[in-house]
Amino acid sequence: MPGTLPIISPPQSEPWTKVPFHRLRRAFIATALILATTPPVLAANDDGRVTDFLLYNGMEVVVIPDHHAPIVTHMVWYKIGSADESPGKSGIAHFFEHLMFKATANHATGELTRAVAEIGGSINAFTNRDFTAFFETVTPSALEQMMGFEADRMRNLILTDDVVKIERDVVLEERRWRIETNPGAILDEAVDATLWQNQPYRIPVIGWMHEIAQLNRTDAVAFYNKYYSPNNAVLVVAGDVEPETVKVLAEKTYGKVPRGPELLPRVRPVEPQQNTKRTVTLTDARVSVPRFSTHWVVPSYRTAEPGEAEALDLLAEILGGGSRSRLYQALVVKEGVATGASARFQGASLDATNFAISVSPRGDAKLADLEAAAGAEVARIAKDGVGNDELDMAKDRLNRSEIFAQDQQSYIANIYGSTLATGGTLKDVEEWPDRIRKVTADQVKAVAARYLVPGHSTTGYLVPKTEN
Amino acid sequence: MTNHQHRGTFASASPALVVGDGRTARHATLLAILLLAVVFLILPGLTAQTAAMNLQVVKSQKGINAWLVEDHTAPIITIGFVFDGGTAQDPVGKVGLANLMAGLFDEGSGELDSDAFQLKLDGAGAEMGFNAWRDGIYGSMRMLSERKDAAFDLLRIAINRPRFDQEPVDRVRAQILSSIIAKEREPHAIAELVWRSRIYGTHPYSRPDKGTKESLAGIVPADLSAFHTAMFARDGLHVAVVGDIDAKALSEKLDQLFANLPQKQALAPVPDIAPKLGQWTLVAYDLPQTSLQLAFPGIGPNDPEFYAAQLINDILGGLPFTSRLFQEVREKRGLAYDIESNLEGYQHSDALVVTTSTRADRAAETLGAIRQVIKELAETGPTETELEASKKYSIGAYAINNLDSSSSIAATLIGLQLDKHGIDYIQRRPALIEQVNLDQVKATAKKLLSAEPAIMGVGPRLDIKG
Repeated sequence: MPGTLPIISPPQSEPWTKVPFHRLRRAFIATALILATTPPVLAANDDGRVTDFLLYNGMEVVVIPDHHAPIVTHMVWYKIGSADESPGKSGIAHFFEHLMFKATANHATGELTRAVAEIGGSINAFTNRDFTAFFETVTPSALEQMMGFEADRMRNLILTDDVVKIERDVVLEERRWRIETNPGAILDEAVDATLWQNQPYRIPVIGWMHEIAQLNRTDAVAFYNKYYSPNNAVLVVAGDVEPETVKVLAEKTYGKVPRGPELLPRVRPVEPQQNTKRTVTLTDARVSVPRFSTHWVVPSYRTAEPGEAEALDLLAEILGGGSRSRLYQALVVKEGVATGASARFQGASLDATNFAISVSPRGDAKLADLEAAAGAEVARIAKDGVGNDELDMAKDRLNRSEIFAQDQQSYIANIYGSTLATGGTLKDVEEWPDRIRKVTADQVKAVAARYLVPGHSTTGYLVPKTEN
Repeated sequence: MTNHQHRGTFASASPALVVGDGRTARHATLLAILLLAVVFLILPGLTAQTAAMNLQVVKSQKGINAWLVEDHTAPIITIGFVFDGGTAQDPVGKVGLANLMAGLFDEGSGELDSDAFQLKLDGAGAEMGFNAWRDGIYGSMRMLSERKDAAFDLLRIAINRPRFDQEPVDRVRAQILSSIIAKEREPHAIAELVWRSRIYGTHPYSRPDKGTKESLAGIVPADLSAFHTAMFARDGLHVAVVGDIDAKALSEKLDQLFANLPQKQALAPVPDIAPKLGQWTLVAYDLPQTSLQLAFPGIGPNDPEFYAAQLINDILGGLPFTSRLFQEVREKRGLAYDIESNLEGYQHSDALVVTTSTRADRAAETLGAIRQVIKELAETGPTETELEASKKYSIGAYAINNLDSSSSIAATLIGLQLDKHGIDYIQRRPALIEQVNLDQVKATAKKLLSAEPAIMGVGPRLDIKG
């Protein structure tokens, strides 16, 4: 997922699994979509009966049965992300994610990771602006043990100054590794800090260097006590298990954790009206090929009026979803002035989110010309709309990506987890294919006209530093 | 093979080859029994939770072999295949040819030009990908089973009749060129090229996979056609298929896809090469971190010591969280976020490589800690407990990581063919790991880790030798 920070860098995938998963945006229940698009195969899949229930202590549970391999993905999502941090404490959510791997009253540091290693499972965690998630992929027989560990560290962590200090050094190295050594990442941070004038999304998930350096044990303990509780968590179990089994195990483990303090609704500062066009430029000696990206504030699935977020998903697909998109065809193929052109909409977000296009030049093409050409494509949709054929093709691409996603258990688990952790419901996930299907060409035109306003945007330029 | 991954440290230009180590199975003689089926359990010993994976060798009427896992739980078919050769086959002066060719398979084939082909592919609901790696050109397609006829037909013309029209050749070349130029001043990319030439000398592995500005400029469509004919031939082909298709239907598709290709590849000989160790490479660049990599000798998958080497690598730095390097460098000292080791295997070269990025002002300390861990492991070997834990990990992780999705199963099955393993390998693998004893891993640890490594540091200060 974009914008998430794992505790360890995940292994890369094999050559041909790099099939374009970038189109995947939302998930669905297998049958719901197949019913609509590919009736003959419906009977082929009898998985997909997703079940949810609530434990007495307020913990939400979602079970996604998937029996095609004897593995299970166990995830706990906390409804706490970097955008919930107190002023001056940037990075605490992600830093705390790291600390969750330390000793508890019942388990020494490393017991959990060793237990996972003995099964040959995988374990990791990640933080983004709206949530923090911890997960293990293991054999079904180890599920109860994982739930035990995860329930234990929800409340019983023991933090010492030494542990906090060393892990803070690790996170500082992580920031240097991810951001400081990467001009593109430095620019992205500055673009976020400019696009968002009020919303906490302006602060990087990993935190600002000088604020991470100040985080201490007292901050960590306060954060833990406030946010790590069953009533602020969602359990997602996907894989070779039945809901009944998960329920029994969840009650035995998570069910024993007392309900935590009541949390106020996540009402955070939101954006004022956008009135200006802003630009951010990074000139760096390590850059030899320039690029730009333009960002707009747009509603997310949670904040949008009905149908708007779905229309934005389709707009991103039509405008810059791949090599058949308008930007790519116009700038890369027909005019031959760019080597890459794409668009992206991050719909799963608690507050308003961003829609971005990015372009890199071919040969001596000037960024200003590319920006004008890309802007013209955006304006053309806002003015003339999209054709029914291209809309249908875009829907088809989204749909088949979701069908392909059935093969990726962790992907489906992530969709449910991220939707529920950003205020969505199971129904939102289940009905998404149908809502996508109902989007009209007029709706796509309307969101382009309403939100992709040239004068209300933020553009970031990455520019080579020339010798003189 | 779980830990036999290339994470782009040795070869950041061509990262992540999980599918075995690119060893060819040029003379693979699979049993010519039509639809020989071997049903086995993925996880022996977990009786209550096992799922049967139905793996079979399908041999088409015209003699094309594929490993098939039939699985009807989702309406999807995934096909993966590789032709031996890869970027190591780029002719002198035409470096980057394989990579450029791989970028052109959806840019026009048969009667269809680029635009027409892509429209049809989109309409067929399929996703196709080609990639050139050091030892092979990989292709794949993922399709909806109800539209498989149209999808396979497009794959057929892509494989057999690529057009290499001038316009898409120039366009894709410009994209590659841009990515080369983009890295010209990127310190880690610069260092990677320096490192390659230091450890591989003039061997083809020392060359940049994407080519250079000069070599790309000299490639013409006729070069691509000739290279295609030389590489896309039946004796260098390995195929795996997973999903909603049965053996009979696949058999017909295999003939359509591959039977009309030439019988034999025309491969230039590529010598085996041991990386040149025992040398320092220091690249000065004003960065907030120093990145370090250390190369030791490696061991290939057909060597009797391969499993011992895998276990040693896991214990050293392959196991996430629990490896010795993770513990000493990150957990105890907070010196790095990323620290790992990988057993990197290519068809003609093996190495065990340790990588990390660390605070520039403590790089010497980090390097010292790494070398101390390695020295101890070389001298005294792992403990019995560590060995047992790493065996359990290695056995369990294979099922969880290698067989968890259609694409990872297909990748694994291709890797097994490249490593010349039989169809029963997945069943036999746990015993191969179990039988490694403590004395053997100690001997292997000593053999690999006592060597004086090749070391590279990229960062602001070069006083890291300590």
